[in-house]
Amino acid sequence: MKRTIACAIGLVAVALLPSKAAATAYRVVIEDMKFGPTPAALKVGDSIEWVNHDIFRHTATARDGSFAVDLPAGKTGRSVIKHAGKIGFFCRYHPGMTGSLTVSP
Amino acid sequence: MVKSFLAASAFALLALPGATLAQGAAKPNDAQIAHIAYTAGQIDIAAGEQALAKSKNQAVRGFAAEMVRDHKAVNEKALALVKKLGVTPEANPTSKALSSQADQKRAELAKLSGAAFDRVYVANEVAYHRTVNGALKDTLIPSAQNAELKSLLQTGLALFSEHQAHAEHLAASQKK
Repeated sequence: MKRTIACAIGLVAVALLPSKAAATAYRVVIEDMKFGPTPAALKVGDSIEWVNHDIFRHTATARDGSFAVDLPAGKTGRSVIKHAGKIGFFCRYHPGMTGSLTVSP
Repeated sequence: MVKSFLAASAFALLALPGATLAQGAAKPNDAQIAHIAYTAGQIDIAAGEQALAKSKNQAVRGFAAEMVRDHKAVNEKALALVKKLGVTPEANPTSKALSSQADQKRAELAKLSGAAFDRVYVANEVAYHRTVNGALKDTLIPSAQNAELKSLLQTGLALFSEHQAHAEHLAASQKK
């Protein structure tokens, strides 16, 4: 009996592990006043490194407030994706610069 | 001929916001284009610094700080580029006309304060970016010979179009 329970717990733990370990770090490059392509297979827990190749200060700011990264010229910043759904984002200084993330659970 | 064309361009550039300058005929060379673009940036930096010294409105100050920061970045890049290319920016009637008109506007703004200053500053930023963007799009970018200069002007146009949208948004919010 005890063994079965231990086994079951073990199985559950194993089943949970891969999803945690699978968090992926992606990169989105900003260049010439535009956000580059965003990752297609984004999941909750993944992270995005925003790389500002422009000579201007930008931000990557989520419309729902779930992330806000300040990006001085030539710098990078990182945000972790906290929830699923479609998340629009923009640059606070240049609001015509926009993009969106599609996040699966 | 070149002079009269440039004088005419300057006139068209300043008289009509977003004016399409005559094409064909004589085109400004890279040294003149560099001078016009750099001068246009310096003018907006000076206007932004004036606004930062005079305005107490947070939205206006935020916009002005953005103008100073962005235009300084472009002009630093422009200076590095002309140095690398061995081009000496060449003063011309268009850049001179831009400067003298900016001097008048600065004197006009110096006499204003509070909401009146904010309104005139922002309205001028809308008109100014519209004019400069029209000149970039219709004359300066098509005339530029050097690929790096052309590319910097194109980045400038993308940036200044954002500034124009920001200024228009600010102007609309002042009317509420």
